Amino acid sequence: MGFTLEGVGLIHANGFRALRGVDLQVAPGERLALIGASGAGKTTLLRVIAASLRPGEGRVRLLDGEPWACSPGNLRRLRARIGLVHQSPPIPPRQRVVTAVLAGRLGQWPLWKSLASLVLPADPQGAQAELARLDLADRLYERCDRLSGGQLQRVALARVLYQKPDLLLADEPVSAMDPALSELTVALLNEEAVRRGVTLVASLHAVDLALRHFPRVVGVKDGAILFDLPAASVTEALLRELYAAEGGLPLAGSVAPDEAPTTPDLPPLRCA
Amino acid sequence: MSASPRDPAALPRLGWTLAALVLLWPLLQLAEFKPAALFEAGNLNAMGHFVAGFLPPETAPDFLALLGKATVETLAMATAGIALAVLLAVPLGLILTRSLSIARLGPGRGGWQGTLIRALARGVLAVLRGVPELVWALLFVRVFGLGAAAGVLALGITYGGMLGKVYGEILESGDARPVRTLLEAGSGRLAALCYGLLPNAARELVSYTVYRWECAVRASVVMGFVGAGGLGQLMDQSMKMLNGGEAASILATFLVLVLAADALSELLRRRLA
Repeated sequence: MGFTLEGVGLIHANGFRALRGVDLQVAPGERLALIGASGAGKTTLLRVIAASLRPGEGRVRLLDGEPWACSPGNLRRLRARIGLVHQSPPIPPRQRVVTAVLAGRLGQWPLWKSLASLVLPADPQGAQAELARLDLADRLYERCDRLSGGQLQRVALARVLYQKPDLLLADEPVSAMDPALSELTVALLNEEAVRRGVTLVASLHAVDLALRHFPRVVGVKDGAILFDLPAASVTEALLRELYAAEGGLPLAGSVAPDEAPTTPDLPPLRCA
Repeated sequence: MSASPRDPAALPRLGWTLAALVLLWPLLQLAEFKPAALFEAGNLNAMGHFVAGFLPPETAPDFLALLGKATVETLAMATAGIALAVLLAVPLGLILTRSLSIARLGPGRGGWQGTLIRALARGVLAVLRGVPELVWALLFVRVFGLGAAAGVLALGITYGGMLGKVYGEILESGDARPVRTLLEAGSGRLAALCYGLLPNAARELVSYTVYRWECAVRASVVMGFVGAGGLGQLMDQSMKMLNGGEAASILATFLVLVLAADALSELLRRRLA
């Protein structure tokens, strides 16, 4: 599912301007990473693309339709095809992992099936298959409050994978994981998008992860797009400008010793 | 750096505290609240006589049989009343819950309709619980005649109003992110409620419902007025005949029922933890 943003601007209820004049065109099946300092507007941008925040200015087109002109029923069906992985996993602590993962299909299941699945999980095999890809298959019937932050983040990811969305969005999906796991998880997201031919947009705090895994990289600064380039064309000068306020580049660090970070001479903000 | 940073909320906080005290004082005066009167010699004596009248509690077998029958009747009425109240409260409480509103995502179109419906539901709940159960009971006695039906209906309506309001507030006071995420992924309201809100809110909802059931048991005294039988009617008779021993036994029964409700609530909360 492709999408287009034209001159999108958004001011939050508290008066903070989060986005200004954002133009972004993404074709179906494209994979892009959003990078930028924290507070730059990456999360707001993802939520606008997910049709969960309505921008005050500009136009949003998702799959050649305008979500905010849709009837409520059509908007709901559209949202069921969009999966957003949140930075902090929005899962009730008392819920079991299997229920949290199956909740990904609530937009597609009829109500009776959703309710029956609370009594007896409707598709434990399906949930377990997604968890297995994230190395959590043995936690299927565990309660979510017994998991670590990184495990919970993977459960939230498994939920969105189980949803099988046409537009896969991820807001710093690896922020609670160690470098090795981050690498695997970002690779998994890309592999899923390629295999199913769906669009993937992920915001990442670690620049090197973005440059290694995504063909297209978009730099966001102060609510506007600073650059929108193929990963190979992103220069060190651009990155320095993007992170000018942070005083260094946030890197995840590389997993393999022969695989040096793309920008080895910059002081990392976050060490592995 | 000059002085330490001043808390901008400090001055308003002081202001509101003073305002609350200034408001509270005339209210205490109006209510003729004079605790010292409790400890004057004559009053202490009068209270002592009143309490002494209750001792010893009545334990005659035929009275205990009567008490047992009345207790079962009271439990039946309280349970029927609460069941009716829950039936009323669940839909109205869900309407009140803003975090279950799909139109608020974005925000989308048609939000004013939801606001209007929520205001209507709030109004209905206010009427249901604003009229005391005794008034409802007196109204229904004219339809159903003296008996349990009027009492159960009166309890159901008043308590439905209370439960609905509190259900809505409990559902809104928890973490709204899980349910919002589900709605943003296209889930329906009821499914989002069950997957996103109930896991966190179930314990509070159950414990408040059991507490209301306990209140309904006590409110059966009201049922006595409309001839519904149960502990209320027994209490009414004993008090009118100035039989303190019987009244003491009835009060002891209430105490046992309250403790039982407490244990039930604790058990359910632990099961849902």
